[in-house]
Amino acid sequence: MIPELGHFALVLALAIALVQSTVPLYGARTGDTTLMGVAAPTALAQFAFVAISFAALVTCYVTSDFSVATVFENSHSSMPLLYKFTSVWGNHEGSMLLWVLILSVFGALVAAFGSNIPAPLKATVLSVQSWVAAAFYVFILATSNPFIRLAQAPFEGRDLNPILQDFGLAVHPPMLYLGYVGFSISFAFAIAALIEGRIDAAWARWVRPWTLIAWICLTLGIAMGSFWAYYTLGWGGWWYWDPVENASFMPWLAGTALLHSALVMEKREALKVWTILLAILTFSLSLIGTFLVRSGVLTSVHAFASDPWRGTFILAILVLFIGGALALYAWRAPMLKQGGLFAPISREGALVLNNLFLTTTCGTVFIGTLYPLALEALTRAKISVGAPYFDWTFGPLFIVLMIAVPFGPLLAWKRGDLKGVTQRLTAAFGLAVIGILVVCVAEGRPVLAAAGLGIATFVIAGAATDLIERTGLWRAPFPIVVRRAVGLPRSAWGTAFAHIGLGITLLGIVGETQWGGEQIVSLRQGDKVALRHYDFTFEGTSSRNGPNYKELAVRFAVHRNGELIGEMVPTKRTFPTRDMTTTEAALMTRGVSQLYVSLGDVSKDGAVAVRIYHKPLVLLIWLGAVVMAFGGGLSLSDRRLRVGAPKPAKAKAKPKAALQPAE
Amino acid sequence: MTRKQRRLGLIVACMGILGIAVGLVLFALRGSIVFFNSPTDLVEKHVAPGTRVRLGGLVVPGSIVKGQNLTVHFQVTDGNKAVDVNYQGILPDLFKEGQGVVTEGVVDPGGTFRADTVLAKHDERYMPREVAEALKKEGHWKDDYANKTGAATRTP
Repeated sequence: MIPELGHFALVLALAIALVQSTVPLYGARTGDTTLMGVAAPTALAQFAFVAISFAALVTCYVTSDFSVATVFENSHSSMPLLYKFTSVWGNHEGSMLLWVLILSVFGALVAAFGSNIPAPLKATVLSVQSWVAAAFYVFILATSNPFIRLAQAPFEGRDLNPILQDFGLAVHPPMLYLGYVGFSISFAFAIAALIEGRIDAAWARWVRPWTLIAWICLTLGIAMGSFWAYYTLGWGGWWYWDPVENASFMPWLAGTALLHSALVMEKREALKVWTILLAILTFSLSLIGTFLVRSGVLTSVHAFASDPWRGTFILAILVLFIGGALALYAWRAPMLKQGGLFAPISREGALVLNNLFLTTTCGTVFIGTLYPLALEALTRAKISVGAPYFDWTFGPLFIVLMIAVPFGPLLAWKRGDLKGVTQRLTAAFGLAVIGILVVCVAEGRPVLAAAGLGIATFVIAGAATDLIERTGLWRAPFPIVVRRAVGLPRSAWGTAFAHIGLGITLLGIVGETQWGGEQIVSLRQGDKVALRHYDFTFEGTSSRNGPNYKELAVRFAVHRNGELIGEMVPTKRTFPTRDMTTTEAALMTRGVSQLYVSLGDVSKDGAVAVRIYHKPLVLLIWLGAVVMAFGGGLSLSDRRLRVGAPKPAKAKAKPKAALQPAE
Repeated sequence: MTRKQRRLGLIVACMGILGIAVGLVLFALRGSIVFFNSPTDLVEKHVAPGTRVRLGGLVVPGSIVKGQNLTVHFQVTDGNKAVDVNYQGILPDLFKEGQGVVTEGVVDPGGTFRADTVLAKHDERYMPREVAEALKKEGHWKDDYANKTGAATRTP
């Protein structure tokens, strides 16, 4: 009964979505407020029905109702409750339902909290968003129905893919989807602006919070995915330039560009047409990401068993929305009033540079990701584009961007003073040089490490410079500094934190890639292996039974310079239901660095293949992402995003005249 | 600066960055593209020793021989030809006899394949797509995968 209820609720959601996608739009075009008023209640109802549908699926999983095909395929009665719950989206059908659930959540949020948006714009936005929702409801109902029953209910399920039996599954997909799908709101706003043929600074102000929310979630989602891969796959890597990773990274790059260009539009009414295009591209890349991951054109842990019909269907959705949006853009964008041009040396100019670099890097990642697919479709030659390609294209471009990052926030709007800014960055630059010298003296050779560390320091110190200057730290008396700090717009804090986070992540990347060490050895009981200052002694093995697996554990005593600092116990788990083995690495955190031990295969004579890594500063990679997201959160709480129309800032909140946004 | 100059400046900057990006892409693509080969391709195409390629197929049952220092030797087949592969390191959890595998490395002058990477990112019911297609081409495809996932789940 419950699965049928879920199925029926989903059909109802589709019906409501169809109403929502037409009636309010017609109302907005004809100026009929009653019809426009349909948008908000339908968006809320749509959310309610998808939520019922999702709750029904959750119930099936939690109660282990194996008469439902997807539950049978992806769950097991002996799994812990958390995994029973997360396995809802640990498969294609369920994850698509999560996708539309989040889509409807965003629709409902706009309906509930978008009271400051003018009625016609709001109605159009919700309508456009509902087109996307309707397309995906049809996709789920036609090709990926999670509620299909089996003729005879089996007694036991086939278990969730053991790799996915991890806490990461509880965080990574929902966060990532919040990001992907959140950009649908920016997309809907862009399409609505094109339909209305009107766009102004207020538009940017309404779009920005939604873009920010999506961006924060995507940042955290990607970081979580990377961290999860790091500790669970047993290879010690955190980014492989795998097409699936790129699929999530491209919307992030485009979304980051969108955040910055929307700022120019809000403050200076420039870059309007470009911002619209970016909003369309960002969501298009999210859709392409969904297509790449869900259609089965790629082989990876993410590509759950899939059939070609699904791929074709998503491709059709893709062509329809991206093609339609771009066609509409080509038709309507020339009619939008162009914004003014501006001096190249200015905050706007810096943000344009940022956009240029971000979109270009996004383009190089796009080429590297899709070139193999295109080539195979055209010539049937099968190739793969490896990490060196991305190191050589993404790397140099992003490094230049990183060097430019500290300059942006220090430049004034309208007309900046590059020389003045350079002088103000002298301290940051000095710190970076000191960092480089320290590395060169201490480590001797690695040029890359020194340069990377220098750039990271420059980014962090540069972002801090902005805060220090604006609060007058070290110049003004302390109480005034505090008052200024409190009075500083939250968005200024947000910018600084986001940029500091970027620097922290780079620091982690430099540490991990340049100073990391590894040992891959075959060990027997009593053997000892040294890595840097650490000694690892194989103490013994033990085995135990988990809820749905058997586990072999190997104990290592870890000494640093002869002193015992702890024990590390990596394990290997065997899941009988799927006849699969997974590796659970042992991690020891020391500050922000980690020791990492994972097991390879165990031979008959008791020798165990072991991977041991020393990963200096590795935690900074994800910590930086968290700091970036925190900065995004601060920016989101800025009061100007909560008010409807641009208002002059209070006198108290006014920083120095040079940094005053031009109204 | 006049309006015209500013616009020109912007266009020049865009073109400059895009030009550099295109240059980097072309340069990097030349060096980091790796072609996928089935064992038959590898034998018939006479891939030059030293060229990086991917080799995919099924691990021949009984062919895995483990030596000292984590060296391992196995054969990869597409049902038509089999190629000897040498590898040193830790094999992925999903590496098994009779299962699909993709390796990356170079061909030795002697004709054996020296792999430095062994990929097995699929789960146990899955077959790397390239491998599946290579097998299909050689006519050794039993449609095993479809049976396991599609048909079997509907009739437990």
